[in-house]
Amino acid sequence: MNETIDPEVRGSWTFAIRRYLLQALPPEHLLPERQPAFVRSWTYVLGAITLASLVWVVISGAVCAFFGPQWWHVSPQGRFFNSLHFWSTQVFFVFMVLHLWAQFFGAGWRDGRALTWITGVLLFVLSIGTAFTGYLSQENFDSQWIGVNAKDAMNAVGIGAFFNVLNFGQMYGLHVLLLPAGLLLFVAVHILLVRMRGVVRPLSEETR
Amino acid sequence: MSAARDQETYYAGVRMVPYDLIKELALALLGTAILTLVLAAVLSSPDVPPATIQGWAQADPIGFEGTAVQELQGQSTSAQYGPPYNHGTGSVQSFGFIQPQEWAGVHLPVDPARDFVLQPLQTASAGNPQLASALARYRVASPSQRSSWLGAYAHALDKATVRDGQVVVPPGAYGPVAEMLGSLLTIARSGGLDGQLRSSTRFYQTDFTRPLLFLGDGDYFAGLAEKQHLLSSQWGVMNETGSYPGQTWLWLYTMWYQIPPYNSSSSADLLVILTMGVLTVALALVPFIPGLRDIPRWIPVHRLIWRGPSR
Amino acid sequence: MDNPATYLHWGFILISVPNAALILGMIALFLLALLAPFPGHRGGRSKGHGTDE
Repeated sequence: MNETIDPEVRGSWTFAIRRYLLQALPPEHLLPERQPAFVRSWTYVLGAITLASLVWVVISGAVCAFFGPQWWHVSPQGRFFNSLHFWSTQVFFVFMVLHLWAQFFGAGWRDGRALTWITGVLLFVLSIGTAFTGYLSQENFDSQWIGVNAKDAMNAVGIGAFFNVLNFGQMYGLHVLLLPAGLLLFVAVHILLVRMRGVVRPLSEETR
Repeated sequence: MSAARDQETYYAGVRMVPYDLIKELALALLGTAILTLVLAAVLSSPDVPPATIQGWAQADPIGFEGTAVQELQGQSTSAQYGPPYNHGTGSVQSFGFIQPQEWAGVHLPVDPARDFVLQPLQTASAGNPQLASALARYRVASPSQRSSWLGAYAHALDKATVRDGQVVVPPGAYGPVAEMLGSLLTIARSGGLDGQLRSSTRFYQTDFTRPLLFLGDGDYFAGLAEKQHLLSSQWGVMNETGSYPGQTWLWLYTMWYQIPPYNSSSSADLLVILTMGVLTVALALVPFIPGLRDIPRWIPVHRLIWRGPSR
Repeated sequence: MDNPATYLHWGFILISVPNAALILGMIALFLLALLAPFPGHRGGRSKGHGTDE
């Protein structure tokens, strides 16, 4: 893909960015219809299953958010959507950890893929934070108990007044908007990094 | 160098075979949807109703009054806590010179005696001359006089009985304290104290710091948690109410609380967070840490991930 | 499901049956992912990378 640069647009930022993006991630790398033949293990689908369960976490969460934080306590439909949100989260964590194990034992960070690994760990931490604020937003005994105990840990590291786990409004806003936004941003970065570099070659092939 | 040429070089000599990523994602979406729907339909989700101050006052009136006395004495957990609520030292954690709790300072001021007991009573005293005069008497008394009344009442609670939901103590020199606590108990039993502590300053309110700190000062709340295996010493951080799976991904975080030196330290939270902070950074930096990054070579799970010829 | 779970106690480890089942299930799933045969591709022309049609 060698575009001869029209002298008229040589200094164009738009052109430069488009050229950079297309070089870094050409469409055939973003959506390739082939993979290396060594992609021949079910461990490769663990990331996709994690992503799929995240889709259901977000959708079920959106429905719960639409009807408000009290809905699931007072309506059977609300309770059902809360259950969808609860179980899709459990499935999400199960497959995220399995995906982590697979990438660890495959040393998926090799050959320039350290940033992919780092964004993966960041996603793990963000997921824990999102789940934590979610548990605090339940408005039931569990959220009370978690809050009263977690406050001691937050206070111990000096952030207790800034991140007040007993302030429902704050925790709910973090859980419903800010943390999912961060999560989805880094999911996109993580996946784009995988597609940019392609899957890592087998560890078994290394000669050193 | 373009990515296309990078991948061409990287996969040189490797056979490329058809692999439908979108179909794979679609199947994953379908599979996880079915799994989630079945689990939700069959098992539902946990929802133990919140503890209330009303429930506490009704279930354990003597314990309730005992905690209220401690608030007035300045001896409850909240009263002695320290930053961010006040300048106490009872719950301040530190590790050597590392004292982030102290460094952060008091930015969420809570005065338990005033906020949990005296202010609600003040509000309730409108139209209640008996309570109003008890409060007035308490307000003008010296600290040592108050201390004497409160100490006497606290001792009396050891021999108290409950009649018709009210606490009955043997006669003693309690000053206005008996009247005040009796009124507080009545307000609490009616549910009024839950509301008072939530909305004491504003109409709209989403901050539950006050009622939760007050609940946390008593034994009733922890008693409910113990039945659900949620105490820290019960690995509670990774548990859920009922028979639901909990937060299994927090197993390592909660494990530290069970072993020395964490399990006997008054700064356990700080120590655990520092430990987990270091471990998390190490996890993120595995690609750069010799030894850690070589584990996949030493434990050859990779032979199972990549089997047979690939060329 | 609202009744408290049964807990298993080994030494300093205290874990609920549901949590233990989940963790064991995860290990089983991981082993399955490692060992289960993956649907193969029939032959396939030996193809260099990066050729677009």
